[in-house]
Amino acid sequence: MLQIHQLTKTYATGDTALSDVSLTVPEGQIMGLIGPSGAGKSTLIRCINRLVPPTRGEITLGDVDLAQVGHRELRHQRRRIGMIFQEYSLVERLTVMENVLSGRLGYVPFWRSFTRRFPAADVQRAYQLLDRVGLLDQADKRADALSGGQRQRVGIARALAQEPELLLVDEPTASLDPKTSRQIMRLITEICGERRLPAIVNIHDVPLAQQFMQRIVGLQAGEIVFDGAPADLNEATLTTIYGEEDWNPHRDDDAPEPDDAIATHGKPREAIEEAGR
Amino acid sequence: MNDVPMQAYPATWSRPPQILTHRGWRIVIQLGIVGYLLLAGASIEVDWQRVVVGLERGQRFAMGFLQPDFASRWGDISRGLIESLTMTLTSTVIGVLISVPIGIGAARNLTPRYVYLICRAIIAVSRALQEVIIAIFLVAMFGFGPFAGFLTLSFATIGFLAKLLADDIEEIEPGQADAIRATGASWWQLINYAIQPQVMPRLIGLSLYRLDINFRESAVIGIVGAGGIGGTLNTAIDRYEYDSAGAILLVIIAIVMVAEYASGYIRKFVQ
Repeated sequence: MLQIHQLTKTYATGDTALSDVSLTVPEGQIMGLIGPSGAGKSTLIRCINRLVPPTRGEITLGDVDLAQVGHRELRHQRRRIGMIFQEYSLVERLTVMENVLSGRLGYVPFWRSFTRRFPAADVQRAYQLLDRVGLLDQADKRADALSGGQRQRVGIARALAQEPELLLVDEPTASLDPKTSRQIMRLITEICGERRLPAIVNIHDVPLAQQFMQRIVGLQAGEIVFDGAPADLNEATLTTIYGEEDWNPHRDDDAPEPDDAIATHGKPREAIEEAGR
Repeated sequence: MNDVPMQAYPATWSRPPQILTHRGWRIVIQLGIVGYLLLAGASIEVDWQRVVVGLERGQRFAMGFLQPDFASRWGDISRGLIESLTMTLTSTVIGVLISVPIGIGAARNLTPRYVYLICRAIIAVSRALQEVIIAIFLVAMFGFGPFAGFLTLSFATIGFLAKLLADDIEEIEPGQADAIRATGASWWQLINYAIQPQVMPRLIGLSLYRLDINFRESAVIGIVGAGGIGGTLNTAIDRYEYDSAGAILLVIIAIVMVAEYASGYIRKFVQ
């Protein structure tokens, strides 16, 4: 179980990305984090594994306060938290297998990782995970030879190779087409279901979030403004999260668009010449 | 669509001035540059008699070039050449080996501030001193010969390679490094798994390029006594043996061209 208590992050520039965020993610829950760009979704996720150092607050996973652990201990704690990235973040020039095995880096000494002599159990688990994500025959290819969907599957396998107790997923489908996005989301939710693995998923796409998440948290300007079931997301709640917009997906195309019409009328040449003077 | 007629929009557009927006200032500065060039040109003193003498000597040199004599001094040439090539290869290998840790230390995104400052200082010193100056200094310390040349080129390689490697490391894709950090990897594992794969092709390319430069520099520092083909060339010119000097220059050009072609070929393979 992950508990976040009054987490605050202020960047060196003075921007407050998160202010007093408190959140609990129970065992096995897949939680979607939605909100406009700059709301602090990525910061929140990255504070949990301390890729971004939090300014204040507590982040407890099991009985360890991740915000307090020292440099050496942090390395051990990061093994418990798997992360999946928006741009896949595979090491492009390494093979698929090396990328999956890099999930074991926190468990093995340097000489083993340097010589690529990982323990037999790690190699077997890596093959098993590649089989699970459907890439068993791609193990020896270089990561940059794969398609976007395949790369994200490798990213998933790498995160699972850590045997994590929590999965952080940062915009997993932002670089993928709609069909692949759904396949990837399905794979992530299935795997989390199999392992009763809790996950926090940053997601831009509201319909996708409603389809796959068990719980939705809405973040706006660094504060939680919505926390509930996907079914509770409606026009009013979306407006609180994202601001005013027409949320109705079936719009009438023949209707006039008053804003555009006003903007282009007038006397353009005079206006441009005026500005040029 | 809207109902403004096409003719209502301007049909011409010119790029507005970006730096000096005031027309008057533009004219003043352009006139100033032209005036300065004229005045500066007028201040050069040319001794035409000296030019005529020099042209004559240059002509003899060019004639020697056209009739290069490889045979009569071949013993000296081949000895100088082997010395130069040995110097080049050993100094590049040693220089690269020393540059890699310094380059990693000088990458701001990997090391604490004090390590960064120390490594950048080493690079700055190495880059500030030109090869010939270091060579003169080291020849005075270790005597004439290729050992001084070897030390000079190794030292110069550090400034070149460590700086470019550090700059390259600072420009890696941070996402890949974040992903490796997030797995709980140690600093050494981060270097091995996230940094090395990203910078290796460039490191190999730069090392080959530096091999090339070191060979050319070995010819230059030979003139101040640091051994190699440069010494042979200097002796030939001092003896007015322009045909042998021409032969030496042709050999240098041939080797540089071979090195250039070979390194381009190797670089294609390591992408």
